[in-house]
Amino acid sequence: MEFTDPAKRKAQVAGLALMAAMFFLPAFAPRFYVYLAALILVRGLLATSLNLVLGYGGMYQFHHTVFYGVGAYAAALMITKTVLSPWLGFLAGPLVAAALSLVMGLICVRLSKLYFGMLQISLGSLVWAIVFRWYSFTGGDDGIHNIPLPAAISSINGSYYFTLVVSLLSLAAMYLIVNSAFGRVFQAVRDNQERCETIGVPVKRQQLMGLVLAGFFGGVSGVLFVAVEGTVFPDLMFWTLSLEVIIMCLLGGWFTFLGPMLGAAIIVILRTVVGIYTEYWTFFLGVILMLIIFFLPEGVLGYFLERLGRTRPTSAVSES
Amino acid sequence: MLKVEGLQKAFGSFMAVSDANLEVRQGEIVAVIGPNGAGKTTLFRLITGQHKPSRGRIVFEGRDIAGLPAHRIAQAGISLSYQVVSVFSRLTVFDNVQVAVLAHQRRLLDILTPARRLAVKETWEVLESVGLADKARRTSGTLSHGDGKVLEMAIALGNRPRLLIMDEPTAGMSPEETAGTIELIKRLRSERDLTILFCEHDMEMVFSIAGRIMVMQYGRTIAQGTCDEVKCDLHVQEAYLGISV
Repeated sequence: MEFTDPAKRKAQVAGLALMAAMFFLPAFAPRFYVYLAALILVRGLLATSLNLVLGYGGMYQFHHTVFYGVGAYAAALMITKTVLSPWLGFLAGPLVAAALSLVMGLICVRLSKLYFGMLQISLGSLVWAIVFRWYSFTGGDDGIHNIPLPAAISSINGSYYFTLVVSLLSLAAMYLIVNSAFGRVFQAVRDNQERCETIGVPVKRQQLMGLVLAGFFGGVSGVLFVAVEGTVFPDLMFWTLSLEVIIMCLLGGWFTFLGPMLGAAIIVILRTVVGIYTEYWTFFLGVILMLIIFFLPEGVLGYFLERLGRTRPTSAVSES
Repeated sequence: MLKVEGLQKAFGSFMAVSDANLEVRQGEIVAVIGPNGAGKTTLFRLITGQHKPSRGRIVFEGRDIAGLPAHRIAQAGISLSYQVVSVFSRLTVFDNVQVAVLAHQRRLLDILTPARRLAVKETWEVLESVGLADKARRTSGTLSHGDGKVLEMAIALGNRPRLLIMDEPTAGMSPEETAGTIELIKRLRSERDLTILFCEHDMEMVFSIAGRIMVMQYGRTIAQGTCDEVKCDLHVQEAYLGISV
Protein backbone atom coordinates (compact mmCIF):
# COMPACT_ATOMS: atom_id res chain seq x y z
CA MET A 1 0.00 0.00 0.00
CA GLU A 2 2.08 2.84 1.24
CA PHE A 3 5.41 1.13 0.70
CA THR A 4 8.04 2.02 -1.83
CA ASP A 5 6.04 2.14 -4.99
CA PRO A 6 8.24 4.03 -7.50
CA ALA A 7 5.27 5.65 -9.23
CA LYS A 8 3.99 6.75 -5.89
CA ARG A 9 7.40 8.13 -4.96
CA LYS A 10 7.47 10.07 -8.22
CA ALA A 11 4.03 11.51 -7.53
CA GLN A 12 5.10 12.54 -4.05
CA VAL A 13 8.15 14.34 -5.42
CA ALA A 14 6.01 16.09 -7.99
CA GLY A 15 3.57 17.09 -5.28
CA LEU A 16 6.30 18.53 -3.09
CA ALA A 17 7.76 20.44 -6.03
CA LEU A 18 4.34 21.87 -6.81
CA MET A 19 3.88 22.89 -3.20
CA ALA A 20 7.27 24.60 -3.12
CA ALA A 21 6.42 26.40 -6.35
CA MET A 22 3.18 27.58 -4.83
CA PHE A 23 4.96 28.91 -1.78
CA PHE A 24 7.37 30.93 -3.90
CA LEU A 25 4.78 31.95 -6.47
CA PRO A 26 4.44 35.57 -5.30
CA ALA A 27 8.21 35.99 -5.63
CA PHE A 28 8.28 35.48 -9.39
CA ALA A 29 4.73 35.69 -10.71
CA PRO A 30 2.78 38.86 -11.50
CA ARG A 31 0.02 39.83 -9.11
CA PHE A 32 -2.71 38.59 -11.40
CA TYR A 33 -1.37 35.06 -11.39
CA VAL A 34 -1.09 35.06 -7.64
CA TYR A 35 -4.72 36.10 -7.47
CA LEU A 36 -5.64 33.40 -9.98
CA ALA A 37 -3.82 30.76 -7.96
CA ALA A 38 -5.68 31.83 -4.82
CA LEU A 39 -8.97 31.57 -6.70
CA ILE A 40 -8.09 28.07 -7.90
CA LEU A 41 -7.31 27.02 -4.34
CA VAL A 42 -10.63 28.40 -3.07
CA ARG A 43 -12.69 26.72 -5.78
CA GLY A 44 -10.60 23.57 -5.58
CA LEU A 45 -11.16 23.32 -1.87
CA LEU A 46 -14.87 23.81 -2.44
CA ALA A 47 -14.90 21.03 -5.05
CA THR A 48 -12.88 18.73 -2.81
CA SER A 49 -15.32 19.28 0.04
CA LEU A 50 -18.21 18.43 -2.28
CA ASN A 51 -16.39 15.32 -3.42
CA LEU A 52 -16.26 14.13 0.17
CA VAL A 53 -19.96 13.35 -0.12
CA LEU A 54 -20.24 13.00 -3.89
CA GLY A 55 -17.30 10.74 -4.73
CA TYR A 56 -16.61 9.10 -1.40
CA GLY A 57 -20.15 9.02 -0.07
CA GLY A 58 -22.10 8.57 -3.30
CA MET A 59 -24.57 11.23 -2.18
CA TYR A 60 -25.97 13.55 -4.81
CA GLN A 61 -25.43 16.82 -3.05
CA PHE A 62 -26.61 18.97 -5.96
CA HIS A 63 -26.48 22.27 -4.15
CA HIS A 64 -23.21 22.28 -2.30
CA THR A 65 -22.26 25.93 -2.80
CA VAL A 66 -24.94 26.93 -0.34
CA PHE A 67 -22.37 26.07 2.34
CA TYR A 68 -19.72 28.05 0.50
CA GLY A 69 -22.02 31.06 0.40
CA VAL A 70 -23.25 30.71 3.95
CA GLY A 71 -19.68 30.35 5.22
CA ALA A 72 -18.70 33.49 3.35
CA TYR A 73 -21.74 35.45 4.54
CA ALA A 74 -21.29 34.33 8.13
CA ALA A 75 -17.73 35.63 8.10
CA ALA A 76 -18.70 38.84 6.29
CA LEU A 77 -21.56 39.57 8.69
CA MET A 78 -19.47 38.84 11.77
CA ILE A 79 -16.79 41.19 10.52
CA THR A 80 -19.06 44.04 9.43
CA LYS A 81 -21.78 43.85 12.07
CA THR A 82 -19.86 43.05 15.25
CA VAL A 83 -16.84 44.52 16.93
CA LEU A 84 -15.33 41.10 17.51
CA SER A 85 -11.99 40.18 16.01
CA PRO A 86 -12.33 39.49 12.28
CA TRP A 87 -10.48 36.21 12.82
CA LEU A 88 -13.49 35.03 14.77
CA GLY A 89 -15.51 35.65 11.64
CA PHE A 90 -13.23 33.29 9.75
CA LEU A 91 -13.84 30.70 12.41
CA ALA A 92 -17.59 31.29 12.48
CA GLY A 93 -18.01 30.73 8.74
CA PRO A 94 -17.19 27.02 8.70
CA LEU A 95 -19.09 26.42 11.94
CA VAL A 96 -22.26 28.09 10.67
CA ALA A 97 -21.94 26.16 7.40
CA ALA A 98 -21.56 22.90 9.31
CA ALA A 99 -24.59 23.73 11.44
CA LEU A 100 -26.67 24.48 8.36
CA SER A 101 -25.45 21.27 6.82
CA LEU A 102 -26.56 19.37 9.91
CA VAL A 103 -30.05 20.87 9.73
CA MET A 104 -30.42 20.31 5.99
CA GLY A 105 -28.92 16.87 6.37
CA LEU A 106 -31.41 15.85 9.05
CA ILE A 107 -34.19 16.75 6.65
CA CYS A 108 -32.70 15.32 3.45
CA VAL A 109 -30.85 12.23 4.56
CA ARG A 110 -34.01 10.16 4.92
CA LEU A 111 -34.36 10.25 1.14
CA SER A 112 -32.02 8.42 -1.16
CA LYS A 113 -30.11 9.19 -4.32
CA LEU A 114 -31.93 11.56 -6.68
CA TYR A 115 -34.69 12.34 -4.18
CA PHE A 116 -32.06 13.40 -1.71
CA GLY A 117 -30.56 15.62 -4.39
CA MET A 118 -33.87 17.22 -5.32
CA LEU A 119 -34.79 18.05 -1.74
CA GLN A 120 -31.30 19.31 -1.05
CA ILE A 121 -31.32 21.64 -4.06
CA SER A 122 -34.73 22.96 -3.00
CA LEU A 123 -33.65 23.72 0.54
CA GLY A 124 -30.43 25.27 -0.71
CA SER A 125 -32.35 27.50 -3.09
CA LEU A 126 -34.54 28.54 -0.18
CA VAL A 127 -31.44 29.71 1.69
CA TRP A 128 -30.35 31.58 -1.42
CA ALA A 129 -33.76 33.26 -1.67
CA ILE A 130 -33.58 34.41 1.95
CA VAL A 131 -30.13 35.88 1.48
CA PHE A 132 -31.18 37.47 -1.81
CA ARG A 133 -34.24 39.14 -0.31
CA TRP A 134 -33.25 40.10 3.21
CA TYR A 135 -31.88 43.55 2.35
CA SER A 136 -31.67 44.85 5.90
CA PHE A 137 -29.43 42.02 7.07
CA THR A 138 -27.58 40.50 4.13
CA GLY A 139 -27.65 43.43 1.75
CA GLY A 140 -29.92 41.49 -0.59
CA ASP A 141 -28.78 41.19 -4.18
CA ASP A 142 -26.14 43.88 -3.60
CA GLY A 143 -24.20 41.73 -1.21
CA ILE A 144 -21.61 43.15 1.19
CA HIS A 145 -18.56 44.90 -0.18
CA ASN A 146 -15.30 46.32 1.10
CA ILE A 147 -15.20 43.96 4.04
CA PRO A 148 -12.42 45.20 6.30
CA LEU A 149 -9.88 42.39 6.54
CA PRO A 150 -7.13 42.02 9.14
CA ALA A 151 -3.96 43.76 8.03
CA ALA A 152 -2.04 40.50 7.72
CA ILE A 153 -4.23 39.29 4.87
CA SER A 154 -5.36 42.53 3.28
CA SER A 155 -2.62 42.51 0.64
CA ILE A 156 -2.75 40.16 -2.34
CA ASN A 157 0.27 38.23 -1.09
CA GLY A 158 -1.08 38.13 2.43
CA SER A 159 -4.43 36.72 1.37
CA TYR A 160 -2.67 34.32 -0.98
CA TYR A 161 -0.53 32.83 1.78
CA PHE A 162 -3.48 32.67 4.11
CA THR A 163 -5.46 30.84 1.46
CA LEU A 164 -2.58 28.52 0.63
CA VAL A 165 -1.93 27.52 4.23
CA VAL A 166 -5.59 27.05 5.13
CA SER A 167 -6.23 25.11 1.92
CA LEU A 168 -3.32 22.77 2.50
CA LEU A 169 -4.37 22.18 6.09
CA SER A 170 -7.95 21.53 4.99
CA LEU A 171 -6.85 19.17 2.24
CA ALA A 172 -4.69 17.28 4.72
CA ALA A 173 -7.61 17.05 7.14
CA MET A 174 -9.95 15.78 4.44
CA TYR A 175 -7.34 13.28 3.28
CA LEU A 176 -7.13 11.94 6.81
CA ILE A 177 -10.91 11.78 7.00
CA VAL A 178 -11.38 9.75 3.82
CA ASN A 179 -8.70 7.35 5.01
CA SER A 180 -10.01 7.12 8.56
CA ALA A 181 -12.24 4.42 9.95
CA PHE A 182 -15.17 6.73 9.30
CA GLY A 183 -14.05 7.29 5.72
CA ARG A 184 -13.64 3.62 4.98
CA VAL A 185 -17.13 2.84 6.22
CA PHE A 186 -18.50 5.89 4.40
CA GLN A 187 -17.19 4.48 1.12
CA ALA A 188 -18.76 1.15 1.94
CA VAL A 189 -22.08 2.97 2.41
CA ARG A 190 -21.63 4.47 -1.05
CA ASP A 191 -21.08 1.05 -2.59
CA ASN A 192 -23.86 -0.82 -0.82
CA GLN A 193 -26.17 0.74 1.73
CA GLU A 194 -28.25 -2.33 2.41
CA ARG A 195 -25.22 -4.46 3.08
CA CYS A 196 -23.90 -1.84 5.47
CA GLU A 197 -27.12 -2.02 7.45
CA THR A 198 -26.82 -5.78 7.80
CA ILE A 199 -23.29 -5.58 9.17
CA GLY A 200 -24.35 -3.11 11.81
CA VAL A 201 -23.76 0.33 10.29
CA PRO A 202 -26.42 2.97 10.99
CA VAL A 203 -26.28 4.25 7.44
CA LYS A 204 -28.14 7.53 7.91
CA ARG A 205 -25.93 8.55 10.81
CA GLN A 206 -22.84 7.84 8.75
CA GLN A 207 -24.22 9.94 5.89
CA LEU A 208 -25.18 12.78 8.20
CA MET A 209 -21.65 12.88 9.57
CA GLY A 210 -20.31 13.04 6.01
CA LEU A 211 -22.66 15.90 5.16
CA VAL A 212 -21.65 17.92 8.21
CA LEU A 213 -17.95 17.48 7.42
CA ALA A 214 -18.49 18.45 3.78
CA GLY A 215 -20.51 21.48 4.86
CA PHE A 216 -17.76 22.51 7.25
CA PHE A 217 -15.05 22.44 4.58
CA GLY A 218 -17.42 24.11 2.13
CA GLY A 219 -17.63 26.86 4.73
CA VAL A 220 -13.84 27.01 4.95
CA SER A 221 -13.64 27.65 1.22
CA GLY A 222 -16.31 30.33 1.66
CA VAL A 223 -14.32 32.29 4.21
CA LEU A 224 -11.26 31.96 2.01
CA PHE A 225 -13.26 33.60 -0.75
CA VAL A 226 -13.86 36.52 1.61
CA ALA A 227 -10.14 36.65 2.37
CA VAL A 228 -9.29 36.77 -1.34
CA GLU A 229 -12.07 39.03 -2.64
CA GLY A 230 -13.16 41.02 0.41
CA THR A 231 -16.74 40.82 -0.79
CA VAL A 232 -19.79 38.55 -0.76
CA PHE A 233 -22.87 38.39 -2.98
CA PRO A 234 -25.83 35.99 -3.37
CA ASP A 235 -24.44 34.40 -6.53
CA LEU A 236 -22.00 32.56 -4.28
CA MET A 237 -24.86 30.25 -3.37
CA PHE A 238 -26.80 30.22 -6.61
CA TRP A 239 -27.42 26.74 -7.93
CA THR A 240 -25.55 27.28 -11.20
CA LEU A 241 -22.32 27.59 -9.25
CA SER A 242 -23.12 24.26 -7.57
CA LEU A 243 -23.40 22.73 -11.02
CA GLU A 244 -20.01 24.14 -11.92
CA VAL A 245 -18.50 22.59 -8.82
CA ILE A 246 -20.02 19.20 -9.66
CA ILE A 247 -18.44 19.53 -13.12
CA MET A 248 -15.08 20.22 -11.47
CA CYS A 249 -15.36 16.94 -9.59
CA LEU A 250 -16.35 14.91 -12.65
CA LEU A 251 -13.76 16.61 -14.84
CA GLY A 252 -10.85 15.99 -12.49
CA GLY A 253 -11.99 12.56 -11.38
CA TRP A 254 -14.45 12.06 -8.58
CA PHE A 255 -12.94 8.81 -7.40
CA THR A 256 -9.58 10.44 -6.78
CA PHE A 257 -8.72 12.68 -3.89
CA LEU A 258 -7.05 15.50 -5.81
CA GLY A 259 -9.18 15.22 -8.94
CA PRO A 260 -11.63 17.96 -7.92
CA MET A 261 -8.73 20.34 -7.25
CA LEU A 262 -7.40 19.63 -10.75
CA GLY A 263 -10.89 20.06 -12.20
CA ALA A 264 -11.17 23.43 -10.47
CA ALA A 265 -7.82 24.51 -11.90
CA ILE A 266 -8.88 23.50 -15.41
CA ILE A 267 -12.17 25.37 -15.21
CA VAL A 268 -10.79 28.54 -13.61
CA ILE A 269 -7.91 28.70 -16.09
CA LEU A 270 -10.16 27.92 -19.03
CA ARG A 271 -12.54 30.66 -18.06
CA THR A 272 -9.74 33.16 -17.60
CA VAL A 273 -7.79 32.32 -20.74
CA VAL A 274 -10.60 31.58 -23.17
CA GLY A 275 -12.68 34.29 -21.54
CA ILE A 276 -10.17 36.86 -22.81
CA TYR A 277 -11.02 36.00 -26.40
CA THR A 278 -14.69 35.18 -26.22
CA GLU A 279 -17.51 35.39 -23.76
CA TYR A 280 -18.65 31.98 -24.97
CA TRP A 281 -16.00 30.14 -22.97
CA THR A 282 -18.65 27.75 -21.69
CA PHE A 283 -18.94 26.44 -25.24
CA PHE A 284 -15.36 25.20 -25.03
CA LEU A 285 -16.01 23.85 -21.59
CA GLY A 286 -18.96 21.91 -22.99
CA VAL A 287 -16.87 20.39 -25.77
CA ILE A 288 -14.06 19.45 -23.40
CA LEU A 289 -16.52 17.95 -20.98
CA MET A 290 -18.10 15.80 -23.67
CA LEU A 291 -14.72 14.53 -24.80
CA ILE A 292 -13.79 13.68 -21.24
CA ILE A 293 -17.01 11.82 -20.57
CA PHE A 294 -16.45 9.76 -23.70
CA PHE A 295 -12.75 9.10 -23.39
CA LEU A 296 -11.84 9.57 -19.73
CA PRO A 297 -14.88 8.44 -17.75
CA GLU A 298 -12.86 8.41 -14.54
CA GLY A 299 -11.83 12.04 -15.04
CA VAL A 300 -8.46 13.53 -15.93
CA LEU A 301 -6.63 12.54 -12.76
CA GLY A 302 -8.41 9.21 -12.63
CA TYR A 303 -7.12 8.52 -16.13
CA PHE A 304 -3.53 9.36 -15.32
CA LEU A 305 -3.51 7.38 -12.12
CA GLU A 306 -4.84 4.42 -14.03
CA ARG A 307 -2.13 4.84 -16.66
CA LEU A 308 0.45 4.87 -13.91
CA GLY A 309 -1.05 1.58 -12.81
CA ARG A 310 -1.00 2.95 -9.35
CA THR A 311 -4.64 2.62 -8.57
CA ARG A 312 -6.54 -0.53 -8.63
CA PRO A 313 -8.64 0.65 -11.52
CA THR A 314 -11.93 0.99 -9.79
CA SER A 315 -10.84 1.42 -6.23
CA ALA A 316 -11.78 4.49 -4.33
CA VAL A 317 -8.16 5.48 -4.37
CA SER A 318 -7.64 6.30 -0.83
CA GLU A 319 -3.98 6.56 -1.69
CA SER A 320 -4.02 9.07 -4.52
CA MET B 1 -31.05 -19.21 20.76
CA LEU B 2 -33.45 -18.09 18.05
CA LYS B 3 -37.15 -18.65 18.16
CA VAL B 4 -39.57 -17.52 15.49
CA GLU B 5 -43.26 -17.76 16.27
CA GLY B 6 -46.22 -17.16 13.97
CA LEU B 7 -44.25 -14.79 11.79
CA GLN B 8 -46.18 -13.05 9.07
CA LYS B 9 -45.26 -10.62 6.32
CA ALA B 10 -47.64 -9.16 3.78
CA PHE B 11 -46.56 -7.06 0.82
CA GLY B 12 -49.84 -5.35 0.01
CA SER B 13 -52.28 -8.18 -0.45
CA PHE B 14 -49.56 -10.72 -1.15
CA MET B 15 -48.69 -12.86 1.83
CA ALA B 16 -45.00 -13.70 1.40
CA VAL B 17 -44.74 -15.34 4.80
CA SER B 18 -47.99 -16.30 6.48
CA ASP B 19 -47.05 -18.50 9.41
CA ALA B 20 -43.37 -19.23 9.91
CA ASN B 21 -42.17 -21.07 12.99
CA LEU B 22 -38.59 -21.94 13.66
CA GLU B 23 -36.34 -22.87 16.50
CA VAL B 24 -32.57 -22.79 16.34
CA ARG B 25 -30.55 -24.00 19.30
CA GLN B 26 -27.07 -22.91 20.26
CA GLY B 27 -24.41 -24.56 18.07
CA GLU B 28 -26.81 -26.16 15.61
CA ILE B 29 -26.83 -26.10 11.83
CA VAL B 30 -30.41 -25.66 10.72
CA ALA B 31 -31.57 -25.69 7.10
CA VAL B 32 -34.72 -24.12 5.72
CA ILE B 33 -35.96 -25.84 2.59
CA GLY B 34 -38.95 -25.37 0.39
CA PRO B 35 -39.93 -24.78 -3.22
CA ASN B 36 -39.20 -21.47 -4.94
CA GLY B 37 -41.39 -18.72 -3.57
CA ALA B 38 -42.02 -20.52 -0.30
CA GLY B 39 -40.82 -17.45 1.59
CA LYS B 40 -37.36 -18.57 2.68
CA THR B 41 -35.54 -15.41 1.67
CA THR B 42 -38.30 -13.23 3.09
CA LEU B 43 -38.05 -15.12 6.37
CA PHE B 44 -34.32 -14.38 6.51
CA ARG B 45 -34.88 -10.76 5.66
CA LEU B 46 -37.44 -10.54 8.47
CA ILE B 47 -35.05 -12.05 10.98
CA THR B 48 -32.24 -9.69 9.96
CA GLY B 49 -34.49 -6.65 10.02
CA GLN B 50 -34.53 -5.69 6.36
CA HIS B 51 -38.27 -6.17 6.37
CA LYS B 52 -40.55 -5.43 9.27
CA PRO B 53 -42.83 -8.32 10.18
CA SER B 54 -46.57 -7.71 10.00
CA ARG B 55 -47.17 -10.05 12.90
CA GLY B 56 -45.36 -12.58 15.04
CA ARG B 57 -42.35 -12.78 17.30
CA ILE B 58 -38.63 -13.21 16.70
CA VAL B 59 -36.77 -13.90 19.91
CA PHE B 60 -32.98 -13.94 19.83
CA GLU B 61 -31.13 -14.82 23.02
CA GLY B 62 -34.18 -14.00 25.07
CA ARG B 63 -34.84 -10.65 23.43
CA ASP B 64 -37.64 -9.81 21.01
CA ILE B 65 -35.93 -8.34 17.99
CA ALA B 66 -38.89 -8.23 15.61
CA GLY B 67 -39.05 -4.87 13.88
CA LEU B 68 -35.70 -3.52 15.08
CA PRO B 69 -33.66 -1.71 12.42
CA ALA B 70 -31.23 -3.97 10.56
CA HIS B 71 -28.09 -2.43 12.04
CA ARG B 72 -29.33 -3.04 15.57
CA ILE B 73 -29.98 -6.69 14.82
CA ALA B 74 -26.51 -7.02 13.32
CA GLN B 75 -25.06 -5.48 16.46
CA ALA B 76 -27.03 -7.98 18.53
CA GLY B 77 -25.06 -10.78 16.87
CA ILE B 78 -26.87 -11.95 13.74
CA SER B 79 -25.13 -11.76 10.36
CA LEU B 80 -26.54 -12.44 6.94
CA SER B 81 -24.68 -13.75 3.93
CA TYR B 82 -26.64 -12.91 0.80
CA GLN B 83 -27.84 -15.17 -1.95
CA VAL B 84 -26.71 -12.74 -4.63
CA VAL B 85 -23.18 -11.48 -4.11
CA SER B 86 -23.67 -8.14 -2.42
CA VAL B 87 -20.33 -6.58 -1.55
CA PHE B 88 -18.65 -3.16 -1.64
CA SER B 89 -17.56 -3.40 -5.23
CA ARG B 90 -15.14 -0.48 -5.36
CA LEU B 91 -13.29 -1.50 -2.22
CA THR B 92 -10.63 -4.18 -1.96
CA VAL B 93 -11.38 -7.59 -0.51
CA PHE B 94 -9.51 -6.56 2.61
CA ASP B 95 -11.47 -3.33 2.99
CA ASN B 96 -14.76 -5.18 2.53
CA VAL B 97 -14.10 -7.34 5.54
CA GLN B 98 -12.48 -4.54 7.49
CA VAL B 99 -15.64 -2.45 7.25
CA ALA B 100 -17.56 -5.21 8.96
CA VAL B 101 -14.93 -5.49 11.67
CA LEU B 102 -14.96 -1.71 12.19
CA ALA B 103 -18.74 -1.85 12.50
CA HIS B 104 -18.40 -4.55 15.10
CA GLN B 105 -15.84 -2.51 17.04
CA ARG B 106 -18.09 0.59 16.83
CA ARG B 107 -15.39 2.71 15.24
CA LEU B 108 -17.78 4.11 12.65
CA LEU B 109 -17.45 7.78 13.44
CA ASP B 110 -13.73 7.77 14.17
CA ILE B 111 -12.38 10.41 11.78
CA LEU B 112 -8.98 10.69 13.43
CA THR B 113 -7.51 7.20 13.32
CA PRO B 114 -6.36 6.01 9.90
CA ALA B 115 -8.31 2.90 8.89
CA ARG B 116 -5.11 1.09 7.99
CA ARG B 117 -4.17 0.99 11.66
CA LEU B 118 -7.48 -0.41 12.84
CA ALA B 119 -8.94 -3.88 12.92
CA VAL B 120 -6.07 -5.21 10.83
CA LYS B 121 -5.40 -8.35 12.81
CA GLU B 122 -9.05 -9.33 13.04
CA THR B 123 -9.55 -8.73 9.32
CA TRP B 124 -6.59 -10.91 8.32
CA GLU B 125 -7.79 -13.57 10.66
CA VAL B 126 -11.17 -13.74 8.91
CA LEU B 127 -9.57 -13.62 5.44
CA GLU B 128 -7.22 -16.44 6.34
CA SER B 129 -9.89 -18.63 7.83
CA VAL B 130 -12.02 -18.43 4.67
CA GLY B 131 -8.98 -18.66 2.36
CA LEU B 132 -9.13 -15.23 0.75
CA ALA B 133 -5.88 -13.89 2.18
CA ASP B 134 -4.00 -14.13 -1.13
CA LYS B 135 -6.68 -12.05 -2.85
CA ALA B 136 -6.88 -9.41 -0.14
CA ARG B 137 -5.66 -6.56 -2.37
CA ARG B 138 -7.98 -7.33 -5.27
CA THR B 139 -10.88 -5.00 -5.94
CA SER B 140 -13.86 -7.02 -4.87
CA GLY B 141 -15.84 -6.20 -8.01
CA THR B 142 -13.33 -8.24 -10.04
CA LEU B 143 -13.68 -11.50 -8.12
CA SER B 144 -15.11 -14.67 -9.65
CA HIS B 145 -18.59 -15.71 -8.59
CA GLY B 146 -17.31 -18.43 -6.28
CA ASP B 147 -14.84 -16.11 -4.57
CA GLY B 148 -17.57 -13.48 -4.35
CA LYS B 149 -19.75 -15.89 -2.39
CA VAL B 150 -16.87 -16.64 -0.06
CA LEU B 151 -16.31 -12.91 0.42
CA GLU B 152 -20.02 -12.64 1.20
CA MET B 153 -19.44 -15.06 4.02
CA ALA B 154 -16.26 -13.31 5.14
CA ILE B 155 -18.08 -9.98 5.44
CA ALA B 156 -20.80 -11.65 7.46
CA LEU B 157 -18.14 -13.15 9.73
CA GLY B 158 -16.45 -9.75 10.09
CA ASN B 159 -18.84 -8.59 12.74
CA ARG B 160 -18.35 -11.70 14.83
CA PRO B 161 -21.90 -13.03 14.74
CA ARG B 162 -23.11 -15.72 17.06
CA LEU B 163 -25.79 -16.65 14.56
CA LEU B 164 -24.81 -16.75 10.88
CA ILE B 165 -27.65 -16.83 8.38
CA MET B 166 -26.79 -17.87 4.84
CA ASP B 167 -29.15 -17.53 1.92
CA GLU B 168 -28.22 -20.29 -0.53
CA PRO B 169 -24.49 -20.30 0.17
CA THR B 170 -23.66 -22.60 -2.74
CA ALA B 171 -26.08 -21.25 -5.36
CA GLY B 172 -24.41 -21.07 -8.75
CA MET B 173 -21.30 -22.90 -7.62
CA SER B 174 -19.58 -25.76 -9.41
CA PRO B 175 -19.62 -29.16 -7.62
CA GLU B 176 -16.00 -28.64 -6.51
CA GLU B 177 -16.74 -25.18 -5.15
CA THR B 178 -19.81 -26.55 -3.38
CA ALA B 179 -17.78 -29.27 -1.72
CA GLY B 180 -15.23 -26.68 -0.64
CA THR B 181 -17.92 -24.45 0.78
CA ILE B 182 -19.47 -27.31 2.75
CA GLU B 183 -16.08 -28.04 4.30
CA LEU B 184 -15.65 -24.35 5.03
CA ILE B 185 -19.02 -24.05 6.75
CA LYS B 186 -18.32 -27.10 8.91
CA ARG B 187 -14.90 -25.79 9.86
CA LEU B 188 -16.12 -22.27 10.60
CA ARG B 189 -18.80 -23.58 12.88
CA SER B 190 -16.36 -25.44 15.07
CA GLU B 191 -13.62 -22.79 14.91
CA ARG B 192 -15.84 -19.82 15.65
CA ASP B 193 -18.49 -21.34 17.80
CA LEU B 194 -21.16 -20.40 15.32
CA THR B 195 -24.78 -21.31 15.09
CA ILE B 196 -25.81 -21.52 11.45
CA LEU B 197 -29.14 -21.11 9.74
CA PHE B 198 -29.25 -21.47 5.97
CA CYS B 199 -31.47 -22.30 3.07
CA GLU B 200 -30.55 -24.28 0.01
CA HIS B 201 -32.08 -26.12 -2.92
CA ASP B 202 -29.36 -28.71 -3.15
CA MET B 203 -30.79 -31.50 -0.97
CA GLU B 204 -27.56 -33.45 -0.93
CA MET B 205 -25.82 -30.47 0.57
CA VAL B 206 -28.64 -29.93 3.08
CA PHE B 207 -28.58 -33.50 4.33
CA SER B 208 -24.80 -33.52 4.54
CA ILE B 209 -24.49 -30.66 7.00
CA ALA B 210 -27.83 -29.79 8.56
CA GLY B 211 -28.64 -31.14 11.98
CA ARG B 212 -32.26 -30.19 11.69
CA ILE B 213 -34.46 -29.00 8.87
CA MET B 214 -37.43 -26.69 8.65
CA VAL B 215 -39.68 -27.01 5.62
CA MET B 216 -41.68 -24.13 4.20
CA GLN B 217 -44.43 -24.08 1.63
CA TYR B 218 -46.63 -21.17 0.59
CA GLY B 219 -45.16 -18.99 3.32
CA ARG B 220 -45.91 -21.43 6.10
CA THR B 221 -43.85 -23.87 8.11
CA ILE B 222 -45.08 -27.37 7.37
CA ALA B 223 -42.49 -29.37 9.25
CA GLN B 224 -39.45 -29.07 11.42
CA GLY B 225 -37.28 -31.86 12.74
CA THR B 226 -34.20 -33.96 12.15
CA CYS B 227 -33.30 -35.00 8.63
CA ASP B 228 -34.90 -38.40 9.02
CA GLU B 229 -38.07 -37.08 10.55
CA VAL B 230 -38.47 -34.61 7.77
CA LYS B 231 -37.79 -37.17 5.04
CA CYS B 232 -40.59 -39.34 6.39
CA ASP B 233 -43.05 -36.52 6.81
CA LEU B 234 -46.03 -36.92 4.52
CA HIS B 235 -46.59 -33.19 4.01
CA VAL B 236 -43.03 -32.79 2.94
CA GLN B 237 -43.21 -35.60 0.45
CA GLU B 238 -46.29 -33.96 -0.94
CA ALA B 239 -44.67 -30.57 -1.22
CA TYR B 240 -41.70 -32.09 -2.92
CA LEU B 241 -43.58 -34.50 -5.14
CA GLY B 242 -41.48 -34.92 -8.24
CA ILE B 243 -38.37 -33.66 -6.47
CA SER B 244 -36.30 -36.49 -5.08
CA VAL B 245 -36.03 -36.38 -1.34
